Amino acid sequence: MTTETLLSQQQAVIAEVLEAYPDKAKKSRAKHLGVDAPDGVKGACDSTKSNKQTIPGVMSQRGCAYAGSKGVVWGPIKDMIHISHGPIGCGQYSRAGRRNYYIGTTGVDTFVTMNFSTDYQEKDIVFGGDKKLKAALAEIDELFPLNNGISVQSECPIGLIGDDIQAVAKAYKKETGKPTVAVSCEGFRGVSQSLGHHIANDMIRDEVLPDGSYRKDFESTPYDVAIVGDYNIGGDAWSSRILLEEIGLRVIAQWSGDATYKEMTTAPKAKINLLHCYRSMNYVVRHMEQEFGVPWMEYNFFGPSKTTESLRKIAAFFDESIQAKTEAVIAKYTAMTDAVIAKYRPKLEGKKVMLYVGGLRPRHVIGAYEDLGMQVIGTGYEFAHGDDYKRTKDELAGSTLIYDDVNEYELEAFVKKLKPDLVASGVKEKYVFQKMGLPFRQMHSWDYSGPYHGYDAFAIFAKDMDLAMNSPVWGYTKAPWESK
Amino acid sequence: MSELRQIAFYGKGGIGKSTTSQNTLAAMAHYFGKKILIVGCDPKADSTRLILHEKAQCTIMQLASEVGTVEDLELEDVCKPGAAEFHPDDTTITEGYIMCTESGGPEPGVGCAGRGVITAINFLEEEGAYDEELDFVSYDVLGDVVCGGFAMPIREGKAQEIYIVMSGEMMAMYAANNISKGILKYANTGGVRLAGLICNARMTDREYDLAKHLAEQIGTQMIHFVPRSNHVQRAELRRMTVVEFAEKSDQAYEYRELARKIIANDLKVIPKPLEMDDLEALLMEFGLEEEVEADAIGKKATA
Repeated sequence: MTTETLLSQQQAVIAEVLEAYPDKAKKSRAKHLGVDAPDGVKGACDSTKSNKQTIPGVMSQRGCAYAGSKGVVWGPIKDMIHISHGPIGCGQYSRAGRRNYYIGTTGVDTFVTMNFSTDYQEKDIVFGGDKKLKAALAEIDELFPLNNGISVQSECPIGLIGDDIQAVAKAYKKETGKPTVAVSCEGFRGVSQSLGHHIANDMIRDEVLPDGSYRKDFESTPYDVAIVGDYNIGGDAWSSRILLEEIGLRVIAQWSGDATYKEMTTAPKAKINLLHCYRSMNYVVRHMEQEFGVPWMEYNFFGPSKTTESLRKIAAFFDESIQAKTEAVIAKYTAMTDAVIAKYRPKLEGKKVMLYVGGLRPRHVIGAYEDLGMQVIGTGYEFAHGDDYKRTKDELAGSTLIYDDVNEYELEAFVKKLKPDLVASGVKEKYVFQKMGLPFRQMHSWDYSGPYHGYDAFAIFAKDMDLAMNSPVWGYTKAPWESK
Repeated sequence: MSELRQIAFYGKGGIGKSTTSQNTLAAMAHYFGKKILIVGCDPKADSTRLILHEKAQCTIMQLASEVGTVEDLELEDVCKPGAAEFHPDDTTITEGYIMCTESGGPEPGVGCAGRGVITAINFLEEEGAYDEELDFVSYDVLGDVVCGGFAMPIREGKAQEIYIVMSGEMMAMYAANNISKGILKYANTGGVRLAGLICNARMTDREYDLAKHLAEQIGTQMIHFVPRSNHVQRAELRRMTVVEFAEKSDQAYEYRELARKIIANDLKVIPKPLEMDDLEALLMEFGLEEEVEADAIGKKATA
């Protein structure tokens, strides 16, 4: 398809989708949809409205502030116990779903996949639950003495009835000397999970970073870096860490995939903070820059082209020895990734993808698809802000449909019209498109696969995409009325 | 038996709501043989002490908290018969009796008292506290309709007639007007109606006229003007109602008259609450608020 026809098709489908709305909704949604291309003109990436309240009546795929704090930022810190404070549902239905891998003995010194909840009952709503929370904190320390701290993740009712969890946490911290952090991330706050990230970052800033006890005797090297905004989904942070270590750097902290409380507190000792997910952790790296003078840099480890580019960018911050090692590492892996490309590219060349994901992937994975000869014709974020869309512009290869907080009606319409070969989105979208007979990859937690970060992981990524699209199963999906 | 009537007493805090409601309900049982269930909807749980001759009864929420959940409670645990003549087995005066429950709730400043009211009322309904013998269920609700929980008694299928206890002072009138707004909100969906203002007199100037006028403006009646009497306080100190303490007193007859009017009342309206400006104008007219020049608003006093 030529760029011209693709562009007109994309513009036409937006107009078509908007037609179905009443005037007010049409006006509002029109600002969230657009088309952009890599050339200089101002397109949707500059003008798309984002981080706005979802219009009532549509099926949004967004999460809530609690999801952003407990599910994304705090949850992966493995040696702390994160209490879902409130009724049982939020904790149980967000349990272990994000595949944050970690090393440790679950239930002894690490707790990521467990669910701790204060299990609010009616009486706790009526009488307040501060006493119950206090009892839960003590019970946790008795049952799990090797935990290195507790975070309290507020669910909605806590904010409604006005429980003073900050005071409970403060008193408990004073009494026991253990890190105890109350996070007021009630789900009704803000328009999406994005505010939850921010609140969580602020609490790390206020309650974790001021703890300098582990920084006192910390022996620095000139090559210390911290990985920030990598949640080790399917082992992503590990596959990133291998590369950084191979080029001669020392990873002193992973935020927050497979992280410990201790390494969280030592991150300010890094020479540079390497930021993968900008959206969910830019707040705290900015703070570390101001407070501790640690610079930060964004990078992208999806696909060999971006990985190579990022490794060179990181190496440029360090000395020539690192740069030399980096070139050697790139050369070493390029042979392998070339082989992967040689194997899969012929089967995937020219295939079209539409993405709809969260924090960084709507832009970060574009390069990985391009390495396989695939073309991203539409992308959008659930909870991005303007700066995310500006960053997206640089990643576009051709005319691309941009959709912010796209709802199921819109996405389905876009897909039907633009007919991509693959939809890469979340679990809520997955079965809609698979039932339409479309290949689908779940790109929040890699569909039980991964890791996808770094060179080795690219082989897994390529295989997964090939499996999704070239599986013979799609040949058998014709409905009875379609046959013959 | 007649059909069960569900009534509620609302009004500004400290206006004498609980005292007025208990004395009136006592008169309804004492003189007219009515069978009544009181549902106290105030965390302070003081809506039934005069009937029970006790300080405060164990509340639904307090007991629920002790046993675990409200589902574990039995009706007998929370529904207490009134003392002496208000006991169902005591028929010396009339067949009338009063059963007492209190929703209860948290200490001031914690938790959600409104949710306590909702939980307690749901429990009473599910457990069949509103049995067929009863003539009246009476809700005594704290202060203002501050949130959804305290509006529970006026939602669909609950109280159908609301009596607002007020007096001839500014804040009580504001509160009465505000409560009317709450009633208006549920009037069309739930069928709740304003049944009258009860003026619990403070003996301020022109109080009778003012209360009567406000009632008319809102579209209702001042159903009774209860004068001040020391009997009320004396009875209260003994944890008794006036009809028990001084059966032959004028004050007892006032409550008898109010009781009679409530039993016979058929003026139940959708209220027309006043706009703030109109209410202020009314208060000025009756001298409760002084008129000030527009440019004096927000200005400090000059020395």
